[in-house]
Amino acid sequence: MTALRDAFLSALVACGLFVPLVGLVTSPTEEGLTLTFRPLATAVVVGLVFVGRLLILTWRARHSRREITRTNRAIAESVTRAGRFVMPVLLVAAVALPFSGSRYYIDLGTLVLTYVMLGWGLNIVVGLAGLLDLGYVAFYAVGAYSYALLAQTFGLGFWTCLPMAGILAALWGIMLGFPVLRLRGDYLAIVTLAFGEIIRVVINNWTDLTNGPNGISGIPRPTLFGLSFSMDGGPGTVAGFFNIEPATIQRVIFLYYVILGLALLTNWVTLRLRRLPLGRAWEALREDEVACRSLGINVTNTKLTAFAIGAMFGGFAGAFFATRQAFISPESFTFIESATVLAIVVLGGLGSQLGVALAALVMIGGLEVLRDFLSFLGDQMNSPLFADIAGNLPLYRMLIFGVALVVMMVLRPRGLISGRTPTVALGTRREIAAELVAQGRG
Amino acid sequence: MAYALQQLINGVTLGMIYGLIAVGYTMVYGIIGMINFAHGDIFMVGAFLSLIALLGLSMLGITSVPLALALTLVFAAAIAALYGWTVERVAYRPLRGSFRLAPLISAIGMSITLQNFVQVSQGARVKPIQAMIPGGIPLITQGDFTVALSWMQIAIIVITLAILGVFTWLVTRTPLGRTMRACEQDLKMASLLGIDTDRTISLTFVIGAALAAVAGFMFLLYYGVIDFYIGFIAGVKAFTAAVLGGIGSLPGAVLGGLLIGLIEVFWSAYFSVAYKDVAAFSILIIALIFLPTGILGRAEVEKV
Amino acid sequence: MLSVTGLTMRFGGLRAVDSLSFQANAGDITAVIGPNGAGKTTVFNCITGFYRPSGGTIELTHAGGPSFALHAMPGHRIAANAKVARTFQNIRLFAGMTVLENLLVAQHNTLMGATGFGVMALLGIGGYKAAEVKAIDKARHWLEAIGLTSRADDPAGALPYGAQRRLEIARAMCTDPVLLCLDEPAAGLNPRESEELNQLLLRIRDEGCSLLLIEHDMGVVMRISDHIVVLDHGEKISDGTPAEIRADPAVIAAYLGEGDEDEVPA
Repeated sequence: MTALRDAFLSALVACGLFVPLVGLVTSPTEEGLTLTFRPLATAVVVGLVFVGRLLILTWRARHSRREITRTNRAIAESVTRAGRFVMPVLLVAAVALPFSGSRYYIDLGTLVLTYVMLGWGLNIVVGLAGLLDLGYVAFYAVGAYSYALLAQTFGLGFWTCLPMAGILAALWGIMLGFPVLRLRGDYLAIVTLAFGEIIRVVINNWTDLTNGPNGISGIPRPTLFGLSFSMDGGPGTVAGFFNIEPATIQRVIFLYYVILGLALLTNWVTLRLRRLPLGRAWEALREDEVACRSLGINVTNTKLTAFAIGAMFGGFAGAFFATRQAFISPESFTFIESATVLAIVVLGGLGSQLGVALAALVMIGGLEVLRDFLSFLGDQMNSPLFADIAGNLPLYRMLIFGVALVVMMVLRPRGLISGRTPTVALGTRREIAAELVAQGRG
Repeated sequence: MAYALQQLINGVTLGMIYGLIAVGYTMVYGIIGMINFAHGDIFMVGAFLSLIALLGLSMLGITSVPLALALTLVFAAAIAALYGWTVERVAYRPLRGSFRLAPLISAIGMSITLQNFVQVSQGARVKPIQAMIPGGIPLITQGDFTVALSWMQIAIIVITLAILGVFTWLVTRTPLGRTMRACEQDLKMASLLGIDTDRTISLTFVIGAALAAVAGFMFLLYYGVIDFYIGFIAGVKAFTAAVLGGIGSLPGAVLGGLLIGLIEVFWSAYFSVAYKDVAAFSILIIALIFLPTGILGRAEVEKV
Repeated sequence: MLSVTGLTMRFGGLRAVDSLSFQANAGDITAVIGPNGAGKTTVFNCITGFYRPSGGTIELTHAGGPSFALHAMPGHRIAANAKVARTFQNIRLFAGMTVLENLLVAQHNTLMGATGFGVMALLGIGGYKAAEVKAIDKARHWLEAIGLTSRADDPAGALPYGAQRRLEIARAMCTDPVLLCLDEPAAGLNPRESEELNQLLLRIRDEGCSLLLIEHDMGVVMRISDHIVVLDHGEKISDGTPAEIRADPAVIAAYLGEGDEDEVPA
């Protein structure tokens, strides 16, 4: 079939898909709903499909399958090799970022680092142990709300509550995991998903405890060795102690370093655990659970440990989130969060610390950049032809996110960095190709 | 007593809708072992397509209600089937044979795409519609509470049973059904025997999408209001239903759907509306603890 | 040492194993043979804890002491406490991990014990380093025994078939078992590899581990077993030394066949 005919058929399918939903719009009137027509928008979309398909087909015809595979492999190898240099560079960049002085970039950096930490935490469960957890946001929420409530009820500070938030989240992880971890992979998935939703509904409705949809505000900020960051500049504050002008940016920078420290802690623990029998057992579990049992490994306990440790880091991240925003509500803990963190882990390449960090940077950084770009674009669109779209442009952000997820998976199903480095060797440690490494069956 | 009976009727009706969606989930899982996260959103698309069709037909001057409904049903099912086919071709087929996580993320991405696509193209507000089939049959009266079986409910139950009947006949008695069952048992072997597995898988998605669209159509008529988010919630519940009944088992999906519908309605009626979803999910967790493969699931003995 | 009494395993209406009783003595190589579908792997799965028997008992007694009721223990306990190791009909290696890592995972319990509840080792305190060195030494010992020292850092999934089989055996031996159960270890091996396998199994037996093996390759079975149990349709039809089994008419009728002299070297 020629490319032209294929593209034409694709356009035909696109007509079937888009004429009803793009071409006919339900718009509200006084009597109820009515349909309005949008032939131009439909034509544009169908046209895009036609052109896009044509481009893909001609490109594919030009480059043979083998060429593509070879290029892919070359890219993968160079990414992995660069990985050795990229990690220290990223670290230096991350430490140096606040010196740029730009509030915008520090905030963005804090957001990205939060997701990096969440990604590293979930990586322990999904990437190393191969368990399918679709409800990671539950532990994030438990951490956030534990801190908020402990601070409110007992007046405890951030540093006191941080370990408690982690422990509480870990306890929830054990309680959930214990009955459920012997289930097969996909059953585990739906149960963790259900649990995430349960936590969200409970938080939303148990107003006595959590204030429901109104959330909890006035969450205390962390202190630097007992010095607070309040604006009055008196004794007992950072500004007073160092004899400088109080400014909000000081707190912002401090929070940035807090999350950087927490994330690095997560990374360090993961790397250490990988070299210890526990981490090795997780990876062996991911490869073949039956063989593990035959070697005397208590599979359930090992899974439970992965779950609990992953939950603990999620809890830490949650506590940080609460203190950074000083306000939390159930809206921040939806399934989309779990899905985003899972996407970060999968895109990063299971088990790869660097991959997860890069994926978080690309995805979260990308989303923010996209948001700004779309607002900018919307401002530029002055003609009435595009008035409809201009107003809606910010909504396109999530749409593009969804499409980007599909595209990323189709292009690189095994993630950015998908090889595996062994943790011990008699001679030199050599990277193991991704095709040999299992992704786990839950 | 009468109150309970009414809840029973309501629960069964809701359960039928969930069951239709759950069947689509379980079929896809049975044949390629993947959780089609976007399935709930096909249900939502089906509901929107039904709304648009009804509006369009009334604008064209068709006043006969049965005719309008029939045309809408066909239209919604057909276009939703096209959506199902497209989703499979674009997001899942390229990843077939890859390990299970990439298709899952792709499915989640597809789900987000569909939700936002409808939101962007149709607007984020809820879409109401006036009741198309009002009235019903009062059954028994106790005190000042009358148990009524509305025409809408009768229609839903009858249509669902009819469709499930046709579907069961399709799967058990026709060559197509045999092909589908063969692919479900052993995909590789089926392809070695000359079965066009790609076509069979596409067909599974198409049929599942059509069923979901019917469920969307009925949801629109029953509740009278839809928005772009109903897909996610219904999808999770239907998936819960499929797992509860034993994933891969068609009667299990229907049974699971009924159970979830009943739990939801009874919990809302007797305890609290806010926690009805929590109740359904908790029942799932408890059920899986005792029956790890679901109620009608086949106990899998691992070949060692 | 291993005493199976009245073992029965039912799957729904199907009786895979029916009232099977036999003994395997310490220091012996005991072979379980029989036509396909006779229930041999089922027996193995019952002994190693992958199935819970429908009836009967399986007792394992260590030299000079404790005995274990295997029919009531979970799989990982059987491996960890009763010290029964096994290999699988379809090789189950950790393909994405190196040969050395495979052997280290086998020593998981010992190594975990040395980590001080995990936390101590995380901080670098405690005897973990020393324990890991010992574990690597044990791995090296077995690598030499199977001739894979040069490939210690290669991914297990990249090894040729025969090497993978040997690695699976070495991995099982790294758990220090008293009884090693092998499920068709010679499957797919050419005659030279089978002979190497024989040598390896004899060496394992000489180092003090008893062997229980399922095998179809009569060359391996007749040459190294001390004791053979023959199953057919889930029941024992013969039990004795290789010479007795070779001559047993019931076994010949069910399994060995007549006139296949080259299959059964004297």
